Formats: sequence, structure tokens, C-alpha cells
Amino acid sequence: MTGGVSYNFAYLDEQSKRTIRRAILKAIAIPGYQVPFPSREMPMPYGWGTGGVQVTASILGPHDVLKVIDQGADDTTNAVSIRQFFARTAGVRTTTHTSEASIIQTRHRIPEAPLAEGQIIVYQVPIPEPLRFLEPRESETRQMHALEDYGLMHVKLYEDIARHGHIATAYAYPVMVEARYLMDPSPTPKFDNPKMHMSPALQLFGAGREQRIYALPPYTRVVSLDFDDHPFARTRFEQPCALCGARDTYLDEVVTDDSGGRMFVCSDTDYCQGRRTAAPGREAHDERR
Amino acid sequence: MYVAAKGGEAAIAAAHQLLARERRGDQNLPELSADQIREQLALAVNRVMCEGSLYDGDLAAVAIKQARGDLIEAIFLLRAYRATLPRLGYAEPVDTGAMRLRRRISATYKDLPGGQMLGPTFDYTHRLLDPSPTLAAPPLQHRSEEPAGEPALPVTLLLDREGLIETNAGADGDAIGDLTRTPLAFPAGRDLRLQALARADEGFLLGLAYSTQRGYGRTHPFAAEIRMGEVELEFTPEELGFAVPLGQITLTECEMVNQFQGSATQPPQFTRGYGLAFGHAERKAMAMALLDRALRSEDLGQERVAPAQDQEFVLAHCDNVQATGFVEHLKLPHYVDFQAELALLRQLRAEWLAARGGDREDVAARVGDGVVP
Repeated sequence: MTGGVSYNFAYLDEQSKRTIRRAILKAIAIPGYQVPFPSREMPMPYGWGTGGVQVTASILGPHDVLKVIDQGADDTTNAVSIRQFFARTAGVRTTTHTSEASIIQTRHRIPEAPLAEGQIIVYQVPIPEPLRFLEPRESETRQMHALEDYGLMHVKLYEDIARHGHIATAYAYPVMVEARYLMDPSPTPKFDNPKMHMSPALQLFGAGREQRIYALPPYTRVVSLDFDDHPFARTRFEQPCALCGARDTYLDEVVTDDSGGRMFVCSDTDYCQGRRTAAPGREAHDERR
Repeated sequence: MYVAAKGGEAAIAAAHQLLARERRGDQNLPELSADQIREQLALAVNRVMCEGSLYDGDLAAVAIKQARGDLIEAIFLLRAYRATLPRLGYAEPVDTGAMRLRRRISATYKDLPGGQMLGPTFDYTHRLLDPSPTLAAPPLQHRSEEPAGEPALPVTLLLDREGLIETNAGADGDAIGDLTRTPLAFPAGRDLRLQALARADEGFLLGLAYSTQRGYGRTHPFAAEIRMGEVELEFTPEELGFAVPLGQITLTECEMVNQFQGSATQPPQFTRGYGLAFGHAERKAMAMALLDRALRSEDLGQERVAPAQDQEFVLAHCDNVQATGFVEHLKLPHYVDFQAELALLRQLRAEWLAARGGDREDVAARVGDGVVP
């Protein structure tokens, strides 16, 4: 091993990449359908983004510009680690700016800045099966998808309403894709669900440990499950971001002292930074309102 | 003024430096070499090769050293390396009947053709912790000069000749799946189940196998034979059209025979459970054989009543590289999802309190402000 080890562009060998690209193409052809693929062991642990990393590795070209976020931020440790991995194994340019990136790999968030045509967002997915916690058997859930038998999920949501008066799912909120496949949006907060609908960007989902890839081609209809009398509602925050004053973003709660003090700031650090650079003083302005 | 935590890159680099220092330990002590690990911690090396699915003692030893002795981490290192290796083709099936035996025991016959051979075993040692010179090896010939038994026929053949045991299905010509090239689909055939069990976590298999002995899917097993030794590995390159030897590998094989009462379609006869592992890995091979049999319950028309008989349960959770990754991923940040849960919990609490007569302001004070969903 000493001395003789070298790796291909973006780590994976070309044969493996072709296999994964075939799965991606199939996934694009059947939006929301989970395509099995022979996941490889990657040099980071399962559950840490190996699915997303394999998808990114398979579609990455030398001219791509890559952005990697975790929890919306570019500087979280695992985002740093994955970005370094591709910077090292593929030598591609990386960025923290959403608009500059041709490929965005993400865990748990969709950037606040709208994505554009030509961009690809790659989601890291831990459990691709939206029905898994209702039915643990893969053989059963595959059949349920085949038969479009989603009654179990509707019953679960109904039971939520019966018990709590509303649907008690805050993240990984299930969606219907093109009125055919029930899909897990990965554990993004339901705040982000509407961004998936009719997005001009190509959305790819990779689950390495579970060996599944699924996709939303650009301009796919993605509808969060709800009932006529209990429509889907996006999470709203009462106060603006304490740093940039944004009122329409997803906020992280930051505990600031030992006596219950806390503040709310944008989870999308690039978006927040961009607003502060563009309009310094906005924070004070917003606080006056 | 709050400043978002930055510096992930510097922190990661510093953590890796610390790791390297800890790995080396006390610098006044001599550093372990990979050769020492391969030779003196051979069973650890065997386990890493087996669950890492790569027969290379040198690389396994390097992995163990790099992983500071954390075998699952070492297995992971080996697997990740293996995943980058090009696939030249598939070896010919090995003939374990022609094994150059170093150990061979049967629990079903007192004596049998080829005899019993204890070989290098912990069995019948007294487990008395002994840090002193008795651990030193007695002078012995080089391993290649050690006496090795003649090839001996598999014990199950004795039963086979009387028709008392099922014949092994899946003979020549059946296409054999490849777990590493095709994603596992359920129900999985025995070929794929055995592949999954062969690379499965020893501890997980051990616990599940144990559960079958304690009534959770009982299989009435007997260890017909456990054998360990060297077999020839052969490969047929397409351009040659005939098999060429690649060398020898060490294997441990276990064949369990299990009582079977018969069913509507099959007469009463013994059934088989099969275990095979790289190197000397007896516990692994035995546990695998018990589980192989347990997982065949449905094929044999037996009711599935226990976890060890449930292939989706066993196969989906037996891989320690997958399991450790997903369990340990919980230490990754989950701020965003947690925030969503926090908001939901506050809402549920507010509603709960409101329903019990608290006014809105009172409720807000008691559950904390912040987020309205």
C-alpha cells in the first residue's frame, strides 16, 4: 500500500461512476422513485453523506464549482471535510456563494437564495424511505410504492391532527412528486419543502448506506402532504434574523448565556453574510420596525 | 455581540494532529510495526480481513495500526480501500475438501476418517491471565515445516451417502450474485445471504446466533465439522481459458447439521448451516453457520418467529461499517432539525397549557417565546 496508492478524479473509478450515473438517469426519468444502486464504501462513514458524495463524485467535472453546506452553513465541520475531500481528489474550484456554484451538496437545508437553471443540488439522505417508520420492511414498502398505496401515511397524518389539532412533523415532511411517488425530502425542515416545488435546478438525492438514489428534474411538481381542511403551513419565525434582519429565512436558535438568553440567526450563513455586506446597518433598521 | 462559530478547518486539522500523537502513545516505548501486528495479533488481522472483505494481512495490519487497534475502524479503512480496486474477475470456487488442514474437529463423531486435529486453539487452555514468560513460544519449525494433515473428506459427506442430509442446492451453473456490485434486494437468496454474513460484524452474528440457542428460532444444531487450513485459490483469465493458481489463503469453515422434522414437501432429514471466514476465525464461522440455517427457515417451510430468522432484520443490520457510520452520525450537527422540533414542541406545549386554561401571555411566559409555527 505504501507508495503505490493513487486515486481517480473525484475518488471513484470511472466504472463505478458510470454505474451511479445510470442510476441517476433512471431516477430523473421517474421523479421521486427510489432507484437501488450499488453503493461503494467511501472514505467517510455511512450516515455522514456517502450517498451525496457518490452522486457528486459521479457528476462532477473539472470545470464545476462546488459548494458544500451542512445545516445551511459552509463552515460546519462535515461540510468542511467533504469540501476538502473534493478539493483534494478532484481539484475543483469551491465556493461558499450559492449563485456561483454549479453543484451544491447539502445536508438538512436548501439555500435561501433561489436556485437557477443549470444548477444541481445534491442532498445527503439518511433514510430515503418515507414509509420506513410506519413499515420497517423494505419488501413491503416497495410494494406500497408500486401500488401507490399511501393510506398508511395519510392515516399517520390524520392521527396527528386528531391528537394535536395539526400535523406534528417538523422536518422530513413527506411530499408527493408529480402526484405519483411519495418522497422523503431528506431531513430538511418543512420550511424548505416549498422550495422543491417547480425548482429550476436539478435535485438529486443520494442515500449511500441504504443504496438508493432519487431525483427531481427541473420544474417538477412537489406537493407537501396535507388535507383540505388542514393545509400545509410553512414554519414562521416571530422575529427577524438578529444579524441581517431577514424575516423570511430559516433561523437557528443560539443560546448566548447561562440565564436563558438566546438569539435567532439565519441558518444559511452565505445568505446572511451577503445581506449584511450588501446593506450594512439593515439590522438596526429592522430592529426599529 | 454574537459571532457565529468559525474555524472548522483549523479545528479539524488540529484534531488530526492530536490523533496522530495519541496514536503513537508514549514515545519512550518502541513503535509497533505492521509486521509485528500481522504476526503477533494475527486473529485481529484475520477479523479485519474477513469483515473488511479483503484478503491482505499486510494491509489489515497497517489498518489496525492506523486505527489505534479499533477493529471496526480498521475494517472500515480496508473496505474503503477495497472499494477503489478494479474488479478483474471472480476466482474459481475453492475446494475446502482439499484443504491443507491445520485444525479439524467434529462434534458429531468420536473418530472419523482423517481424524480429529486440535491445532492452534484456545480450547482447553485455562484462562489464567499470565503476563510472564509462559507466553513465549516454544521453539518450533517454521510454519511451512509444521506437520499438516492430509486432506480429509468433509464430515457431512458421511451423512450425505446415507441420504440423511439434504443435498446442497445451488450447484454449478447457477448465477451467483455479488453483494458489492448489486444492491441487496429482498428476499435475498442464500448466495447473497452468505456473502452478507461473511462480511458481517462478528459480535452481531454472535449475539443473534446465541439467541437461536436460547429459544428465539431454535435450530437444534450440531457442529459436524470445523476445519481451518490453507486452500489453493485459482483464477481463469478469459484470454487463457484455463485456471491458473493465484496462491494459498487460510480459511475457517464450519458445517452445522440441524435436525429437521420434515414438511409436506420434504422428508425428515438433517439440514445444513454453513459458515466460512478468512483466516482463523472460528467464532465467526460458527455463528455464521447458525444464522445461515436460521435464515433458511422460510425456505424450509418453517414459520418465521424470531429476529435471527428474519432476513430483512439480520441482513440490513449486520454490516458494522454501515452500522457504526449511522449510529455515529448522530454526533454530526442537527441544529436545523432540532430547531424544527423545538418549535413544534413549544407549540404543542403552548396548546396543551392553553387547553388547560392558561391565558396566552401566561402560556408564552411558561413555554418560552421565540417561535410560532
